[in-house]
Amino acid sequence: MSDVQQKIAQQIQDNKILIFMKGTPAFPQCGFSAAVVDVFNRLGAKYETVNVLDDPEIRDGIKSFSNWPTIPQIYIDGKFVGGCDIVREMYQRGELQPLVQAATQSS
Amino acid sequence: MNSTIETIEATLREKLKPEVLRVEDDSAKHRGHAGARQGGGHYIVTLVAPAFEGLGLVDQHRLVNEALKDLFGRDIHALALNTYSPTQWKSSGRP
Repeated sequence: MSDVQQKIAQQIQDNKILIFMKGTPAFPQCGFSAAVVDVFNRLGAKYETVNVLDDPEIRDGIKSFSNWPTIPQIYIDGKFVGGCDIVREMYQRGELQPLVQAATQSS
Repeated sequence: MNSTIETIEATLREKLKPEVLRVEDDSAKHRGHAGARQGGGHYIVTLVAPAFEGLGLVDQHRLVNEALKDLFGRDIHALALNTYSPTQWKSSGRP
């Protein structure tokens, strides 16, 4: 595994809910990233974010790490959950809340 | 009708044999932001395919992403996906 891939794996392991996004929660640089932050804010969930615009290696690395071509990407409890559409859909179906709850309680 | 939409449609029809396929160009909403300037548009794809039956959303999206992988980063900058198996589509009550 390359250094970048190792760094990404470590970040995912260290954070129960981790969002790889463009920009920051306060200043998202992309509508899809903004939408994901909005969902987790509405859930009142505690999450960490990685701004991929700060680090071109992570920006490319996360795509191969997850085998997923787009950003944002969401990891909960070490597991890849999906991108913006999936998180929104899961939220609407009521499937995201239990996942978030389980992750934040298991620490 | 632009050619990227036609390419997306043709590729998905060939690889996933969808029962319903809609591709919309959403690029106008994103004009001027960094990704849009690099070329590559924003598209919204709605897809109902038998191949999605029994799969979770991540795996459904992976099939679409895999089918379109040659277009990513070049013709496609961003892709919003709404995927359904025929069973999910029927129970969603959408037209």
